[in-house]
Amino acid sequence: MKERIQLTVNGEVHDIVVDGNKTLMEVLREDLRLTGTKHGCELGECGTCTVLLDGEPVLSCLLLALDAEDSKIGTVEGLAAGSAPHELQIAFGELGASQCGYCSPGMLVSAAALLRDNPAPKREEIRDYLAGNLCRCTGYLKILEAIELAADRVSERRAAGETSPEHRIPARPAAEHGPDLEPIEGKRGSA
Amino acid sequence: MLRLPPFDFRNARSAAEAVDLWGESEGRAMFVAGGTDLIPNMKRRQFEPPVLVGIRRLEGGRDLQTDDGLELGAGVTLRQLAAAPNVRESYPGLAEAAGQVANLQIQRVGTIGGNLCVDTRCNYYNQTYEWRRSVGFCMKKDGDICLVAPGSSKCWAISSSDSAPILMALGATVDVLGTDGPRTISLGDMYQDDGIEYLTLKPGELMTAVRVPAPGNGQRSTYVKVRRRGSFDFPILGVGASLRIEDGRVRDARLVLGAVHTHPLAVTGVSELMEGETPTLELCEAAAELAYKRATPLDNADLVYYWRKQVTRVHVRRALARLCGLEVAPGGVR
Repeated sequence: MKERIQLTVNGEVHDIVVDGNKTLMEVLREDLRLTGTKHGCELGECGTCTVLLDGEPVLSCLLLALDAEDSKIGTVEGLAAGSAPHELQIAFGELGASQCGYCSPGMLVSAAALLRDNPAPKREEIRDYLAGNLCRCTGYLKILEAIELAADRVSERRAAGETSPEHRIPARPAAEHGPDLEPIEGKRGSA
Repeated sequence: MLRLPPFDFRNARSAAEAVDLWGESEGRAMFVAGGTDLIPNMKRRQFEPPVLVGIRRLEGGRDLQTDDGLELGAGVTLRQLAAAPNVRESYPGLAEAAGQVANLQIQRVGTIGGNLCVDTRCNYYNQTYEWRRSVGFCMKKDGDICLVAPGSSKCWAISSSDSAPILMALGATVDVLGTDGPRTISLGDMYQDDGIEYLTLKPGELMTAVRVPAPGNGQRSTYVKVRRRGSFDFPILGVGASLRIEDGRVRDARLVLGAVHTHPLAVTGVSELMEGETPTLELCEAAAELAYKRATPLDNADLVYYWRKQVTRVHVRRALARLCGLEVAPGGVR
């Protein structure tokens, strides 16, 4: 059944008519032509469809578009400020953190939320935060290094009082989720 | 591409409205909160409900109170639980379990109610329609035999909730609301030994809240999850354990295993064995032996089922030893 919905994506309101059984990932790609968000496993196993829902990285392949109506959605297309790429995008390019590129949008969206909340993450914190984003090419090392490079640059710019593109990422609305980064005891080494 | 089957989506604002909407569908609707279990299953045609009743935005659904014991709206997200300082402090096993479900993206939308009701899993069931058709359908969906135990008259799909073992060990109860009104049951009574009808909830009953008694004197709890990958995976063994140490003696020990049966498996005899005893490694070992005997993993999940049964003993022993404050030798010798 067709439904009329309003979606707020990257700050832009879209008034669209879509099939009611479409996931947010399908609507973003097929109806809004925002094909940066990738279509991977479709079952919540790979993370390449990660988008920001009210500032929080979630999987758009598991979310009904109808259920996202009251929320602000951010996609990889919204990371750049006009023609100026996000520090993460620059660092990914410089260090070759992308090989086939299919996981990159999800990696970038997750990492952008991480740097927003924690501008100087330790490597272990980056690994934990990105555990839901799979990459089958890089072996992850270059991705981790690129995020660290971007974090250093963001910190430098902040210290110099400059604004940088990461400020465009919407803040989380409430503190109800609490900190994401505190390690949970027993999380590692249990398998 | 895996598309969802067609359905009508109705968003409910309260639990009563959700139950009413279910009634209006003539009992054919399903409830959806985070959707992280139901949506993949619908894409693979394990479920094709004509109506989905959205319960993500129920009034009070995400309330988390710790005034007198723990009271959780069923819509509290797993991330909320994993991060809440008072949960981590007073119910550490619950925070550990919630923090090990899937990955952060899924924990942010997945709810405690959804994790407690998560569909049982099996290698022959969690597959696409085409895969299942080509292998031959199983009794849990579209077929009439069990492909794991062909002589079996019942389905052996595995209870795969990470939160259920620890919440049972903590003595949780759940509030449910149905067309006949509300009722409260112990969490253990919500499950039964059947991989298909694994819940005892009546059709249309909706879980509204989870309650955990306040921790007793010297109470500790933990959850150990065994899975193939360190990043994220369903459990192939879950160990939920809770006990108190008072005046150097073990009290109220409770041990519940996940992912080794069709329902979370409360290991009977552990309370009696450990009650009033001085905590020692030998005592933990004896309790682990009871758990080992009860575990019945079958060849329908990740890794080798013989190994999964063997490591039950090891992980239970380590979990109990840790709760008892005993040193476990590095390298996992004991």
